Amino acid sequence: MAVDPLDDYIDAVSKALGLPVEDAWRPAVRANLEVSLKLARLVDEFALPDDAEPASVFAA
Amino acid sequence: MSLQPDIATTSDRDGLSALEIAQAVKSRKLSALSATEAALSRIEKYDPLLNSFTDVTADRARARARAVDAAIAAGKHAGPLAGVPFAVKNLFDVQGLPTRAGSKINRDLPPASRDATLIERLEAAGAVMVGALNMGEYAYDFTGENIHDGPSRNPHDVTRMTGGSSGGSGSAVGGGLVPLALGSDTNGSIRVPSSFCGIFGLKPTYGRLSRARSFPFVSSFDHLGPLARSVGDLALAYDAMQGPDPDDAVCTTRPAEPVSPVLARDIGDVRIAVAGGYFQKNVFPEASEAVGRIARALGATRTVEIPEAARARAAAYVISTCEGASLHLDRLRKRPNDFDPAVRDRLLAGAMIPAPLVDRAQKFRRWYRTQVLELFKSVDVIIAPATPCVAPKLGQATFMLDGVQLPVRANIGIHTQPISFIGLPVVAVPVPLEPMPIGVQIIAAPWREGIALRVAYALERAGAVSAPRPRGL
Repeated sequence: MAVDPLDDYIDAVSKALGLPVEDAWRPAVRANLEVSLKLARLVDEFALPDDAEPASVFAA
Repeated sequence: MSLQPDIATTSDRDGLSALEIAQAVKSRKLSALSATEAALSRIEKYDPLLNSFTDVTADRARARARAVDAAIAAGKHAGPLAGVPFAVKNLFDVQGLPTRAGSKINRDLPPASRDATLIERLEAAGAVMVGALNMGEYAYDFTGENIHDGPSRNPHDVTRMTGGSSGGSGSAVGGGLVPLALGSDTNGSIRVPSSFCGIFGLKPTYGRLSRARSFPFVSSFDHLGPLARSVGDLALAYDAMQGPDPDDAVCTTRPAEPVSPVLARDIGDVRIAVAGGYFQKNVFPEASEAVGRIARALGATRTVEIPEAARARAAAYVISTCEGASLHLDRLRKRPNDFDPAVRDRLLAGAMIPAPLVDRAQKFRRWYRTQVLELFKSVDVIIAPATPCVAPKLGQATFMLDGVQLPVRANIGIHTQPISFIGLPVVAVPVPLEPMPIGVQIIAAPWREGIALRVAYALERAGAVSAPRPRGL
């Protein structure tokens, strides 16, 4: 039974991607995900214009 | 465990720089084979203590050295690195070896059929590869520790970290086993071990040096470069490795821009500033002291603010964990128990980052690049710490900074990540503080490695920076 909201997410994504997440690994995976999402939020909340191009522009 | 005090003084040939070896070999005062044997002897004697090498390619090295000596005897051009022993982080393809990239899993790969481009270029310049070097698993590391091969050890205190992920490169050069090594730097993996091991390291502009036939980590940020004990040696190796390479889609088509001929050019007209704000926070006193010494030596009184550096570090973190997870997705499915558990758990979490957040990080990256390039219109070189502290103890998980307990591994690269995020060239220079050295970043605008190396060279000539010889404990 999931006790942390992120556990439901970890269950769903690991199932969708076919990734094994054993119970013993879960606390460390969750902790890493929490850090990554916290840092991603820092980027997310920075306003960028709609026409902002990503750095990874493909040149044909 | 301690280093023997004679590590630096066994004989004259053991203390020679790459430039001195090449000059001695070309003038036939020293044979390439003798220089190679000296390196192999040092490795045999000291590597049980340092654990910097994972493979010693002695037969290959002797054959190569004999070929260099034969070419010289036949009156042929020997190359600028004639007889110089060097070693490579074990993510470089070395013909005949599986490219392990610090992992257990990759040892099952077939042996590489061809050397990495940068090895080929150094050997074409007369250098002699003597082996492959320890590293953090799949380069996802800042400590130099490795669960499969054991940690590489800091030559100035073998109870301390080398820094990572090019830990073996830092240890082998810092310990004087070889005068030159190659490493990779995605978020700081050349600059961090250079700082902790007290040596010089060059992370060139993103795309400057070919990455062909090296094991990747984060394609958006992966760089390769040299580590050495002097600026002259860095420049010598860098010049030999430059040039386009169709085998690496990222490698520039710009022609080579040799730096060695202009290294001693006066830097009086170079505009230098110290990075403020983010780069002056979360540092131990030794990092502030090192930056202060460099600023004073250069007469730099101006401070500039690199905008949104904390956010840049965050975006680099997000892109790294996502691209790293993408690279290893199938290995995570099939062989999760063969990873270092700490690396595996970081990669599993990386696979779960929602795609829009990664896309936004790549968009932020372009915005940030524009801002920083604007900054470089009024300054040529920016000075910043390479690491927030000197080398922590092996196994150390946390440190106390300003009364706050912080995780070591996650905080070692906080000053390097915002710089490699947009591919700026950096020379890490060693400030020989006691008892442990620490590095400072000399940062330039894209494609201006020459300016960063000239400033580093001026600092070296002024005695402000140097690679200290290990004295034991």
